[in-house]
Amino acid sequence: MADHQNIYLLLSAILFTIGCGGVLTRKNAIVVFLCIEIMLGAVNLVFITFSRANTSPEGIFMVMCVMAVAAAEAAVGLAIFVLLYRKTGSINIDKFNLLKW
Amino acid sequence: MFDYVWLIPILPLVGVMTNGFFGRRIERSNKKLVHWIGCGTVGLAFLVTCLLFLKMLGLEPDKRLYDFTWFTWMASGDFSVAIGYQIDPLSMFMCMFVTGVGFLIHIYSIGYMWTDEGSYFRFFTYLNLFMFSMINLILADNFVLMFLGWEGVGLCSYLLIAFWFSDKANAVAGKKAFITNRVGDFFFAIGMLLLLVNLGKHGVWSLNFSDVFSHASLLSPGLITAICLLFFLGCTAKSAQIPLYIWLPDAMAGPTPVSALIHAATMVTAGVYFVARCNILFTMSPLAMQVVAVVGALTAFFAATMALTHNDIKKVLAYSTISQLGYMFLGLGVGAYAAGLFHVLTHSFFKALLFMCSGCVIHAMSGEQDMRYMGGLRKKMPITFYTMVIATLAIIGFPGFSGFFSKDEILWKAFSSPSGNSMLWLIGVLAAAMTAFYMFRLIFMTFFNECRASEEVKKHIHEAPKSMTFPLIVLAFLSIVGGLIGIPAALGGSNLVEHFLEPIMGLGAGKIFQDAAGTAVLHEAHAAAAHASYMTEYILMAITSTIVLAGVGLAYMMYMQKRTIPETLAQKFPVLYKLLLNKWYIDELYEWNVIKPLHSFSRFLWQVADVKIIDGFVNGTARFFMRCGGMLRNIQTGYVQRYAVTFVAGTVAVIVYYIFVLYI
Repeated sequence: MADHQNIYLLLSAILFTIGCGGVLTRKNAIVVFLCIEIMLGAVNLVFITFSRANTSPEGIFMVMCVMAVAAAEAAVGLAIFVLLYRKTGSINIDKFNLLKW
Repeated sequence: MFDYVWLIPILPLVGVMTNGFFGRRIERSNKKLVHWIGCGTVGLAFLVTCLLFLKMLGLEPDKRLYDFTWFTWMASGDFSVAIGYQIDPLSMFMCMFVTGVGFLIHIYSIGYMWTDEGSYFRFFTYLNLFMFSMINLILADNFVLMFLGWEGVGLCSYLLIAFWFSDKANAVAGKKAFITNRVGDFFFAIGMLLLLVNLGKHGVWSLNFSDVFSHASLLSPGLITAICLLFFLGCTAKSAQIPLYIWLPDAMAGPTPVSALIHAATMVTAGVYFVARCNILFTMSPLAMQVVAVVGALTAFFAATMALTHNDIKKVLAYSTISQLGYMFLGLGVGAYAAGLFHVLTHSFFKALLFMCSGCVIHAMSGEQDMRYMGGLRKKMPITFYTMVIATLAIIGFPGFSGFFSKDEILWKAFSSPSGNSMLWLIGVLAAAMTAFYMFRLIFMTFFNECRASEEVKKHIHEAPKSMTFPLIVLAFLSIVGGLIGIPAALGGSNLVEHFLEPIMGLGAGKIFQDAAGTAVLHEAHAAAAHASYMTEYILMAITSTIVLAGVGLAYMMYMQKRTIPETLAQKFPVLYKLLLNKWYIDELYEWNVIKPLHSFSRFLWQVADVKIIDGFVNGTARFFMRCGGMLRNIQTGYVQRYAVTFVAGTVAVIVYYIFVLYI
């Protein structure tokens, strides 16, 4: 059962790094958002890999939870972007520094 | 019966509460109710005092001491202070005229203050508060409660001097009185603490009068002198003696009933009362007695010289009050406590009367106080005129009037008692002559000759209303007969005052407080007094009366017959005249030597010590943290991605730490 485990984990690591890099560098809010989804996917992949390796279902439950949260997050996040765009005409996150003191 | 003594202070306090809290509403709905409450409570207090007084007269002289302890005020370890009142001849004597004269002046205030819109209730509240404090002062059975009253009357004095505070001069006068009194109170409090601490060393943790006096012999003579002198400094402020008398003339800025009640009849005699109360301590310190006598005599003399040239009717009376208080202290200082207190009593009658008459005059003259613009009021205000002449005859010691007996008693004691001497007597007699001169100068300038007021003012001159003349008549009567209770033995009287006060003074006090200290001195005094013959007393009396009459005659000549004399004199002796007119430049002396340095020192403390050092320290601390915050807040840019970078960097650092440091 331990076949290809490392490959999955490696893939997950690569996906996570890509996602992370995207979050840190991209300026378009939607792209940043997609990158976050990639990171979540990478994490899900790890969960499933270990779940299969240990033949236990907990990892799969966890993935379900993550997907549910991600869906909700997508709904809220996209709504925010729409409103941001309507208000300011841009979703370039360099233009928003509202989280200041 | 004596247990009802608490009613005396509480009744005026009820007046304070009612008028103080609801006065504005009461005044708006029914102005008369304000003075009914104000006068009624004091009247009742007077009634209670009379009853207690009569009750006490029925007791044996050496049983006339009753201590009523109401409740414990404060307690600390072995030391506790009670709200307690002491009934003895001295406190009752004081209480009788304080409530009595106070009541009359309350009635007088109705007429005087009636036109004062909106602050009528405030006036009566303050007056009642004053009565409450003053009664506490004289009835208290311990130093602390007495000090409460002492401070209370000072506060009321301040409030009432500055009663019309919208005029800045009045507010300044009030402040001057208060601050001068604080200087005295400071020394007074130190004296009290010194007494407490040193008695405590001997295990007597008490400031009750009876405890203190019966253990006074435990203290060393030097200590007692120090305590007495500190107390006396407090008294010089309250009773306007050299060197702290300067506030009293300015205190005339207050309404005239206030000048009559507080600054003539009652409050300023608190110092005299206190020295008499502590007569056991003072008797044990001949030096302190000497100081009291000399200060009293000098004050009597200098204040009289200052009164000679003043043109403000109330200022003349103010200086005469200071001068008369000087007499009282002279009496106390030579060991004639009863004589001093007798003068307090008669003085409260005739000086209150003088002030109230001057109030009527000022009222009639539409607020004018300068005697140069008065004159000829005799016909227009007959009641005021006659009562004021009676009061004047009383104050100058015209034979037969009350002032004659009390003043003569003091002068006689100043001459004959072992601690007195002819020098003190001479100063006293000179002051008496000046008193006669300036008082009759006042009468002649105000009531005789032609009226020098403007036509506008002349039209309004009228006799005062009944509520004002009634107290005048009562007090005039008392000014005449008040002296009868103290006719000296030399004139065939029995000096009731002295006998009445005997149980609490000197020898008698020694008996009551079971204390041997000081009695030896007093024995000597009594023996010496017995030796002096009546002949000397008659001669001195005759000399004093002649000199007084000469003073009156001089005033008549200068202000009735040849009215150019004063001006010629002023031109001939310009230096002396200016010196007197400017009150020996004492105020200026204080201004330059005390107030100015104090001001600049305060300014230094304010602008350097406070603003630069203390504020600098506080503001500096705040500024330091502000700078730090300013630097730190640059980190928080508000860009999400920067936060994310920090976040990732942190996570990576933790992982690296785990992998490379912990596992390898």
